[in-house]
Amino acid sequence: MAFEPVLTKNVGHPEVLTVRGYRDRGGYQALAKALAMEPAAVIEEVKASGLRGRGGAGFPTGMKWSFIPKDSPKPKYLVVNADESEPGTFKDRLLMEKDPHQLIEGCIISSWAVAAHTTYIYIRGEYVYAADVLERAIADAYQNGILGERVMGSGFRHDIYVHRGAGAYICGEETGLLESLEGKRGQPRVKPPFPAVVGAFGCPTVINNVETITCVPHIIERGAAWFAGIGTDARNTGPKLYAVSGHVERPGTYELPIGVTFQELLDACGGMWQGRGLKAYVPGGASAAVLTAEDRHLALDFDTMAKAGSMLGSAAVMVLDETTDMVRVAYRFAKFFAHESCGQCTPCREGTNWLELILHRILDGHGQPRDIDLIDSVAKQIGGNSLCALGDAAVGPARSIVQKFRHEFLAKMPAAALAAAS
Amino acid sequence: MSQDPNVNTPHRGILPTEVWNRITEIRKRYPTARAALLPALHLAQDASDGWLPDPVIEAVAVELALPPSDVYGVVTFYDLFHQKPVGRHRIRVCTNVSCMLRGSDEIMATLRQELGTDEDEVTPDGRCSYVHFECLGSCDTAPMMMVDQDYHENLTPERVRQILKELP
Ligand SMILES: Cc1cc2nc3c(=O)[nH]c(=O)nc-3n(C[C@H](O)[C@H](O)[C@H](O)COP(=O)(O)O)c2cc1C
Ligand code: SF4
Ligand code: FES
Repeated sequence: MAFEPVLTKNVGHPEVLTVRGYRDRGGYQALAKALAMEPAAVIEEVKASGLRGRGGAGFPTGMKWSFIPKDSPKPKYLVVNADESEPGTFKDRLLMEKDPHQLIEGCIISSWAVAAHTTYIYIRGEYVYAADVLERAIADAYQNGILGERVMGSGFRHDIYVHRGAGAYICGEETGLLESLEGKRGQPRVKPPFPAVVGAFGCPTVINNVETITCVPHIIERGAAWFAGIGTDARNTGPKLYAVSGHVERPGTYELPIGVTFQELLDACGGMWQGRGLKAYVPGGASAAVLTAEDRHLALDFDTMAKAGSMLGSAAVMVLDETTDMVRVAYRFAKFFAHESCGQCTPCREGTNWLELILHRILDGHGQPRDIDLIDSVAKQIGGNSLCALGDAAVGPARSIVQKFRHEFLAKMPAAALAAAS
Repeated sequence: MSQDPNVNTPHRGILPTEVWNRITEIRKRYPTARAALLPALHLAQDASDGWLPDPVIEAVAVELALPPSDVYGVVTFYDLFHQKPVGRHRIRVCTNVSCMLRGSDEIMATLRQELGTDEDEVTPDGRCSYVHFECLGSCDTAPMMMVDQDYHENLTPERVRQILKELP
């Protein structure tokens, strides 16, 4: 698979940390090109590229931008979601640490398209180093007239600020993020209104993931048709970063056309760790349902994953080998969601705790066969009954693991409990 | 530069002037004072041995003209803010699934053994405290831990012992 990297082409070229080095490698040409275009034409180009959000939900980016009201007298904001807290995900960190100007360029072009004069990059609090790299790159961009009153000598004014979070997964959810940005607890808001109309500080706001924004300069520079020509079909386009972890020989971030199959990705990673067999994989972070070895030839794109009952999510691919204790995996995911539930909705707050408790009991050898149905029933009560997608996310892994690896749960139960139930 | 009316007000005595100056600077980035709360708490915590004693929390509330109860609500919500003393070095071990698959249990056990403390306790000499943590976005180099602001990756028990030894 000879795929020439797009988003990661500057990795291994530390000179791009400065404006000058980035320019030497072709940077900021897309910005110049965009500033010569009408903002509406930039939005059209992004629409035509088929770009869908890389943060998890896969919403079409150009369409999201077009929801920003044009006649509103209020300021507009771009907010970059750099919270990257979905377990298994580490691609945005790479983009920020290795090529900060690519993100800055994407922010300015996207802001030009929607007439935003301020970008906030909301970065998780633990990414101290990445925040520092960004701050330095932003300062350099101001010094070189790329940010500030007159972006590249144009009449467009733009400021970018890095805003550090403080350790809460829920702040990755877009409205939880906005609350957090405004200095509050990161508890998601009721939608509608959507952020495009009432977002940061009550103003129209576009929220996009880091990787989504870094696609933008390339779309402008090379054209929508080029971007749309990469990938599975018209609904799944462009280069994609897959963050691979777990039992593979060479874990890491792999940039490939969206829609490579799991097997192709696994091959790119040098295969399974220590030559072991594959048991299962998670295609899109802790929020995605688990798939099994039988699903190895599925395309890792939005629609194929959805059809298979899972999701591409953040494309954090966790690979689990034949020795993996699936009950333990289910328990660890449940513990994560119980810890991260923001507590606003009773089904999510209570239900995630119950899932953790029941799974812990089974893991400890004190489970009963009826616990398996109990997991299902608790999961059903969370799903669809909570304000944000965390509730649904908590349900996916637990239910799929129980469904697909039921025998592993039974194997942990005391013989007496099994006999009593049969 | 215009004179800030807050300068020399009593609540400011609890933290160095530079911290307040920095907060004043950061406020300009946002249309509301409240939006500067997370940055302000980070700065305040960094200047207070890594945790937020009540008087510091209340001073930040006064500075930003917020009800203290709101600020407490925020402090308790986020994992990176602490309301009790922490070690001079704070260790966070990721134990989420990708790290668990590659041996984070062993890392936790090594810390317990070497430091002789439980999770979230400070060693008697005040040097270290450690906690397990959710995914830190370094899953390709699992198992990993964060010591203060630095990531340590591809850990082994041996490597953990060495890192501990080298900590000042
Ligand atoms: C619980 C939860 C956590 C999320 N975490 C993140 C995250 O860390 N990073 C991210 O970009 N999107 C995250 N999202 C998705 C965002 O809500 C939002 O869809 C995304 O930022 C939109 O950007 P995109 O269209 O460019 O993907 C999360 C969603 C939920 C429900
Ligand atoms: S579903 Fe869970 S995380 Fe989302 S708002 Fe409700 S309680 Fe909070
Ligand atoms: S699971 Fe440990 S860093 Fe992501």
